[in-house]
Amino acid sequence: MSAREEILGRVRRALDGVTADPTPVPAPSGARPEDLIGHFVERVTDYRATAIVVAADQVPAAIETALAGRTPIVPAGLAWPVGGISDTGQSAAELDAVEAVVTGAALGIAETGTLVLDHGPGQGRRALSLVPDVHICVVRADQVVADVSDAIALLDPDRPQTWISGPSATSDIELDRVEGVHGPRQLHVIVVVPCPESDNPLL
Amino acid sequence: MTATFVGMPAFPTAAREKLADSQLRGNLARATGTIRAKRAAAVAEVPEWESLRLAGAAVKDRALHDLDRQLVRLEASLTARGATVHWARDAADANAIVVDVARAHDADEVVKVKSMVTQEIGLNEALEAEGIAAWETDLAELIVQLGDDLPSHILVPAIHRNRAEIREIFDRRMADVGRPAPDGLTDDPAALAEAAREHLREKFLRSTMAVSGANFAVAETGTLVVVESEGNGRMCLTLPKVLVSVVGIEKVVPTWAELDPLLRLLPRSSTGERMNPYTSMWTGVIPGDGPQEVHVVLLDNGRTRALADEVGRQALRCIRCSACLNVCPVYERTGGHAYGSVYPGPIGAILNPLLRGTGDAQTDSLPYASTLCGACFEACPVRIDIPSVLVDLRAQVVDGHRGDAVPKPEAAAMSAVSWVFGRPRRLAAAERVSGLATRLARRLPGPAAAWTDARDLPTPPRESFRAWWRRTGGGG
Ligand code: SF4
Repeated sequence: MSAREEILGRVRRALDGVTADPTPVPAPSGARPEDLIGHFVERVTDYRATAIVVAADQVPAAIETALAGRTPIVPAGLAWPVGGISDTGQSAAELDAVEAVVTGAALGIAETGTLVLDHGPGQGRRALSLVPDVHICVVRADQVVADVSDAIALLDPDRPQTWISGPSATSDIELDRVEGVHGPRQLHVIVVVPCPESDNPLL
Repeated sequence: MTATFVGMPAFPTAAREKLADSQLRGNLARATGTIRAKRAAAVAEVPEWESLRLAGAAVKDRALHDLDRQLVRLEASLTARGATVHWARDAADANAIVVDVARAHDADEVVKVKSMVTQEIGLNEALEAEGIAAWETDLAELIVQLGDDLPSHILVPAIHRNRAEIREIFDRRMADVGRPAPDGLTDDPAALAEAAREHLREKFLRSTMAVSGANFAVAETGTLVVVESEGNGRMCLTLPKVLVSVVGIEKVVPTWAELDPLLRLLPRSSTGERMNPYTSMWTGVIPGDGPQEVHVVLLDNGRTRALADEVGRQALRCIRCSACLNVCPVYERTGGHAYGSVYPGPIGAILNPLLRGTGDAQTDSLPYASTLCGACFEACPVRIDIPSVLVDLRAQVVDGHRGDAVPKPEAAAMSAVSWVFGRPRRLAAAERVSGLATRLARRLPGPAAAWTDARDLPTPPRESFRAWWRRTGGGG
């Protein structure tokens, strides 16, 4: 008998007489913060990332400030103009020589201060936001949701996802939190609100 | 070389040795106290916590009670997305599968994400035996591996090492296996983390194959989920060309939407954070992004045995958060090594006998490594009633020893826990409070019942065990 048949047979025998529940289990609804963006910013900065809220026309300047002279790699499809290196399929070793990366995001979660990348346009393949030491992530205010439930409802499980809550960290040495082991040691989040009197969410 | 748990002495002996180690006790008390406080604060922030726990338990039960169909569905989803699915009855099957994949790619080394299941099956040793080096990339696991040591905590496996020891281990051992520690390395945690970053980056950049576990596997979509802090997981899951994930069959979650309560429960219960720094999710092969050859090994290794145990099967709901360890008065005093398994603490005390079956001295001693105080159940995000399972397992141990001339379970019970506390009468009182000892006594059949009759009945307690513990910290 194949291992597959053997294991499935054991499972069936173990569950003899057990009835399964065919209905998915609903989860209780989560946080509903009044000031969604304020809550998001507070929770992101709690992880020792930086977060600022800027009007759409201020995004390039905010990215410039966060870069502090570093040259970033920039994924195709980023909604904001940033000078830097294009993604041409660089190897991991080549990415290791890149100082920073600027990406968009699929959404942000206010309650947990989390950015979710689904590596679609403007977010790049997964290695891009991993190997460089500084990650600048631009998220629009209308992409920020309240809690994990709202994110799960919107996200497409067919896409790869990276949920990011603050910079890489470890508490493995005497439980002292140290920022940055393998992932980017700096995370700068730019939250974009529409310019006053503009209908275009990008402006 | 990596140490293993094989041949560890039974809990009482091991616990006695560990209790003598004051460094260990100091580190542990500080660590578990810190994590306990963080967890309590993170949980207190969530008004719906109790309903989340119910939902989390229900999701895992729904998967477990329908496990054959869920596994077949998971397999179909994974295969449709380009992953190769393997089934492993036991550790030997699983290790052979991983070795074969490595051989097919002429890999002489693999990078690994911290994974309890690969420790459970002894994968590193199996790979080493075939001349394939397995590099642990989680900082704590690296410390453990370089120190030829054993993990002592699910979440912080090197909790028993202080910074000076870690500095010494890095300084002495890194050069043997790759990039040496920098000259003049200090014991500042940031400097030690930097040394690990440099040492491991070389391996991430050149490795062709990675091995991971998974925290969750969604049957509906074939999505695997790895929850971590450092980014070593992301490195392993993204950079090498070939990825093998070894997944216990109990990790299945029926639908994508049902990940929701689990993702809200795990980080707060585990590290006491609102969310862990990184969670990676991927579904099979993603064209142009990450590993282009993806294998998933679905592992039994005793899980179907646990599933067949009507009382014990709830242990398979465990999401390995380690909250039960941090609230356990026995664990706080002995540390993880005394349990002689990769699964220490209260969950280890039930999971190991459930996976392996009772009958050997080491495993039989584990259900007694507890005071039945109930703190683990209160802390558990998926509501595993560990005390009830312990009591049931004690009865199974006793049944297994019915013919013995000397009542071994009694001896094991007394030496396991009374050694930890040195106050057997007080403990007995605590057990009586919970009412569980009485239930146990009632269940004892035949000759074994004799020793329960003969045992001194404890005096009624003036306060509950937990109240006493809170008041005295266990010292008085
Ligand atoms: S038994 Fe519960 S508390 Fe303990 S590690 Fe598992 S999920 Fe966490």
